[in-house]
Amino acid sequence: MTDIEITVNGERRRGDASTAAPVTAATTTLDWLRGLGLTGAKEGCAEGECGACSVLVARPDGAGGTRWTAVNSCLVPVGSLDGGEVVTAEGLGGPTALHPVQHEMAVRGGSQCGYCTPGFVCSMAAEYYRPDRRPVEDPDSTTPDTGTEAVQEALDAHEVGPNGFDLHALSGNLCRCTGYRPIRDAAYALGEVGADDPLAARRGEPAPAPSRTVIEGEHPFLRPADLAEALAALAEVPGAVLVAGATDWGVENNLRHRRAPLLVAIDHLPELRGLHRGENVLEIGAALTLSEIEQRLAGSVPLLADLFPQFASRLIRNGATLGGNLGTGSPIGDSPPVLLALDARLVLTSVRGEREVPLAEYFTGYRTSVRTDDELIRAVRVPLPLLPRTSFLKVAKRRFDDISSVAVAIAADLDGGVVRQVRIGLGGVAATPVRAHATEAALEGRPWDLETVTAAAAVLAGEGTPIDDHRASARYRAAMLEQSLLRFYDTTSREGALV
Amino acid sequence: MTAGTNPLADRPEGAVVGVEVPHESARLHVTGAALYTDDLVARTQGALHAWPVQTAVAHGRVTAMRTEAALAVPGVVRVLTAADVPGVNDAGVKHDEPLFPTEVCYMGHAVAWVLGETLEAARLGAEAVEVDVEPLPALLTLAEAIEAGSFQGAARTVSRGDVEAGLARATHRFSGELEIGGQEHFYLETHAALALVDEAGQVFVHSSTQHPSETQEIVAHVLGLASNEVTVQCLRMGGGFGGKEMQPHGLAAVAALGATLTGRPVRLRLNRTQDMTMTGKRHPFHAVWEVGFDDDARITALRATLTSDGGWSLDLSEPVLARALCHIDNAYWIPDIEVHGRVARTHKTSQTAFRGFGGPQGMLVIEDLLGRVAPALGLPAEELRRRNFYSPGQSTPYAQPVRHAERIVEIWDRLRATSELETRAAAVERFNATHEHVKRGLAITPVKFGISFNLTAFNQAGALVHVYKDGSVLINHGGTEMGQGLHTKMLQVAATALGVPLSLVRLAPTRTDKVPNTSATAASSGADLNGGAVQDACRQIVDRLRVVAAQALHVNPHDVRFHDGAVTGLGSAATLSWAEVVGLAYVQRVHLSAAGYYRTEGLHWDAERMQGSPFKYFAYGAAATEVEVDGFTGAYRTLRTDIVHDVGDSLSPLIDLGQVEGGYVQGAGWLTLEELRWDTSDGPTRGRLATQAASTYKLPSFSEMPSDLRVEFFERAHESGVVYGSKAVGEPPLMLAFAVREAIRQACAAFGPAGHVVDLGCPSTPEQVFWAVQEARRAAAARPERSHAAPTRAGVPDDGARPAPAAPAPAHVEA
Repeated sequence: MTDIEITVNGERRRGDASTAAPVTAATTTLDWLRGLGLTGAKEGCAEGECGACSVLVARPDGAGGTRWTAVNSCLVPVGSLDGGEVVTAEGLGGPTALHPVQHEMAVRGGSQCGYCTPGFVCSMAAEYYRPDRRPVEDPDSTTPDTGTEAVQEALDAHEVGPNGFDLHALSGNLCRCTGYRPIRDAAYALGEVGADDPLAARRGEPAPAPSRTVIEGEHPFLRPADLAEALAALAEVPGAVLVAGATDWGVENNLRHRRAPLLVAIDHLPELRGLHRGENVLEIGAALTLSEIEQRLAGSVPLLADLFPQFASRLIRNGATLGGNLGTGSPIGDSPPVLLALDARLVLTSVRGEREVPLAEYFTGYRTSVRTDDELIRAVRVPLPLLPRTSFLKVAKRRFDDISSVAVAIAADLDGGVVRQVRIGLGGVAATPVRAHATEAALEGRPWDLETVTAAAAVLAGEGTPIDDHRASARYRAAMLEQSLLRFYDTTSREGALV
Repeated sequence: MTAGTNPLADRPEGAVVGVEVPHESARLHVTGAALYTDDLVARTQGALHAWPVQTAVAHGRVTAMRTEAALAVPGVVRVLTAADVPGVNDAGVKHDEPLFPTEVCYMGHAVAWVLGETLEAARLGAEAVEVDVEPLPALLTLAEAIEAGSFQGAARTVSRGDVEAGLARATHRFSGELEIGGQEHFYLETHAALALVDEAGQVFVHSSTQHPSETQEIVAHVLGLASNEVTVQCLRMGGGFGGKEMQPHGLAAVAALGATLTGRPVRLRLNRTQDMTMTGKRHPFHAVWEVGFDDDARITALRATLTSDGGWSLDLSEPVLARALCHIDNAYWIPDIEVHGRVARTHKTSQTAFRGFGGPQGMLVIEDLLGRVAPALGLPAEELRRRNFYSPGQSTPYAQPVRHAERIVEIWDRLRATSELETRAAAVERFNATHEHVKRGLAITPVKFGISFNLTAFNQAGALVHVYKDGSVLINHGGTEMGQGLHTKMLQVAATALGVPLSLVRLAPTRTDKVPNTSATAASSGADLNGGAVQDACRQIVDRLRVVAAQALHVNPHDVRFHDGAVTGLGSAATLSWAEVVGLAYVQRVHLSAAGYYRTEGLHWDAERMQGSPFKYFAYGAAATEVEVDGFTGAYRTLRTDIVHDVGDSLSPLIDLGQVEGGYVQGAGWLTLEELRWDTSDGPTRGRLATQAASTYKLPSFSEMPSDLRVEFFERAHESGVVYGSKAVGEPPLMLAFAVREAIRQACAAFGPAGHVVDLGCPSTPEQVFWAVQEARRAAAARPERSHAAPTRAGVPDDGARPAPAAPAPAHVEA
């Protein structure tokens, strides 16, 4: 079959109902929706940076119910939503019957030109419906006392509203008009979800079950029935491209107009969606979204907990996976430095069987790796126990939703004030993510003091081969490597205990 | 409403202006129902899609173009080239912007357009067009252009007095340079047009344009039509910020050309990459300056040369430069001054209007200068600024009296109080004393911004108001809506002028067959100009209805009152409804429609001598911002921003608040985050815009907004001579953001020894801030005693604010 069927705002819509071009593997959900006449979702950037295209998708919540999840519809191939449910700004409410989110945005000056607004509304609605959103105990109604140390906490508190709204839910939405304050006020004014709210009620039912989907054509699309079919397709079609959230592929598709000999969607395969903690290893499914991992780990891996809020935006994390971040082999992905510091290993699977590769040996060059064309990354394994002291530094122009110019992850055992063991992963300073072996050698076995750290920081500054580009100069990148260790040292000294 | 001779600015009791109402389209925005130009495509049968053939050299001559392969691509309908243009092949008003060029003037310059049944077909067709380009040398940077003597348009000078004598009189002299980065508008809605042709060959163009009349004129001259054969409509824009003042015209013309040649609707929408690589941005500037101060740290003289980077064609570069020259004084009295300005021609996009229109660049020169030299003068920057403010009675360098100059100090002092500036400055000092790697800075900066188009002729507007028999009202005016809330204000003005509830008034989209010969919605003037015109039209109708009502109420027409939909007469117990009076008027054959007109009185400007009174008034404001800088990375956050801003008597407080806050954050983006980088290497990608996507060009997100943002409107700020006593608000708040950059400078200084002079790159990105911190630390290491209490001798950076001829002793020490 070459047709798809998606429930949009409660109505079954067929793929060919769109007045736009026929549905192909390259058709984005955004273009498909707009072709239906649902022009609320907008294209602002076509690369998942601005969020003007944000829509809600019904996803499994991991406990048998549904979670309304906001995604960038400009990135998601519409084929991968076949059989699914989508809600757009139009579906939340109309001009004479506003949804609570729409009401708060409208009355508080949350829209000016209005172009980004439907996207903001959808991102905000997803957070509104987040089942564990609860009012915070002591609402931070006061402004930061700029004379005290409490500022940091107060600042952080400004990123969570008294109603439990997490501002990071909007980190993938850009507004050029308002300066954001009224949008934040709208988000923090939202009450609890009404008892008779149909979208709230929908959460109690299972999410739509993914079906096998094929879109034929010169560049076909396949959502396989199971892992075996995915692996067979990979073995059969050289150059087939795997997508989960398509947060990287969508950009290639939209901006560089790349078309794959076969696009294989694997975000739904159960073999890739497990999360198991054993005695010696934590195994994370490669197709779990970063948001899902973040929820399920609940801070139990501090380096990952530091990473997630700085990784792109919530909209991207709702689609992006570790498998994708590692599969693209990008030197500026944010997860590799962290996973290198965690000494992670990758499980690669193909029709030929399964093998395990240390991440430190995975990358072979700019966007290349030891993964062969017929293999997919099934899972990431993190050895346990974790090293006790960690630090993640991402240097970028912007704190929310930016790409690193440099990323440094450090995991160390500083027991008794001596560097027993340390692993440092670097991103953005070479053609691949790298381990800072020379720096590690300069630290291990030495006392954790300013002398050791200063000397090792100088070594770290020389690791990698950073370049000048539009994000940063090579000189700044090298300086950031050096500073990252000094900063880690400063943190450990301020915290006092070195154990 | 009282009698018909009200001055423009008088606000009746119970006025609808001044009431806090949401944006008129807010309900449509939040539900996705609001339509933008490209949303119409899904509702337009058989529309063709246009895609540009962009060239990949920065400068070159087109020697051949072959389109056969493109026409062979399935779905390709037509390739538009220069040969298809029946009229003038030019997209501008200066006739230096060929629409289909034979000389490629920047990388990405479109030399042809392909029309396809689908966007994909048009794209593949464009890829198949073969263009031979003979490369020519390209100038990319301002330094290269200056060196090569590559300039365009007229050079201008603003001067007063004898700058040589002023500098000679100074006891402290400094000189310096400043590179100012440009800014991408990044309106969320990219450029879009949809053109249709009717049975008589008349062209109708939906365009996302701030200047429908000029879009109409350009479409007409490209097609060889008269203006009455072209209608341009703008439903609304998804942001403009100046980027849609001149740049939409050529794109609308391409769509219109395609529509006339194929007889089918043609849709042209730039994707983000095309928009960023093809359309103009805020002008980068280079400034060199020399300044003198007397023993009281008062400016004696300023000499400066500003060079703007106009890109490949002039478009608005000359008036942008004029506004920069007219704003270098900002809020400061500079007795002897000579400021030269010129526009460089480079092989980049044609830089254009952007909120502030050169004003921000001019003002940044003096604000940066004062921030740099204050430590060398031994004064807190705040004190140095205050000491140099204009006083009532003084005039600008271009000889315009500074109306309401006293407001500068009043706003300043008010803000110092509301922001608790002194207490917090002490707290910052304490914080910095106990934190080695993190420092805070707190700075306060003023804004004075001239309102009106520099070019006097543009200061006029029209409106069309219809009252229907049922009493409902429909208004049209020449201004466009881009999110700034102009339509909301116009609805409030109409409701006020007619004395009816807001719910009775509707507004129809801006189009050139309703109100002709309009000016761009720009220069912050939209509400002043169009509000005057709407009010005029409404008053004409009210004056006619007054006569009708007077008869019915048996009172003198002067005693008729229109208020909230009720019509009453002084001394009469009877009340008529608005609809009743309107119905009576119709039966009596009284005209219920009116065209309104407004011209700003009192303006004159000699553009060559750069002398006159180009501005109706000045908008004032001040901001105090506190930041925290991380010494490890140079990253910073804004902890708190306080603003006091003069919006006159606000027409619509929620709208004005949005303009102030949004302007501030956009200015902060320009000054501290947003960075345009072109490839200036000698390789094959020379001239390529490296930051051509949202992933590489970063505008502020939630993480950049001040954690704590407090805005207050300056009170008792009635502006006589403007509609209902209000003031323009679109542009001035952008420049409030100087406070954030100056606060960063203060924080950087705190890493150094007392009196350390901080040179800060612009935009002041984390990387630039980091280098400033490192420089400060080096200076501190060289002079280990670190006391902030008593500035001693001036710290002098190598290449920054250089005291000349010798390092001066501090004029005053304000501990």
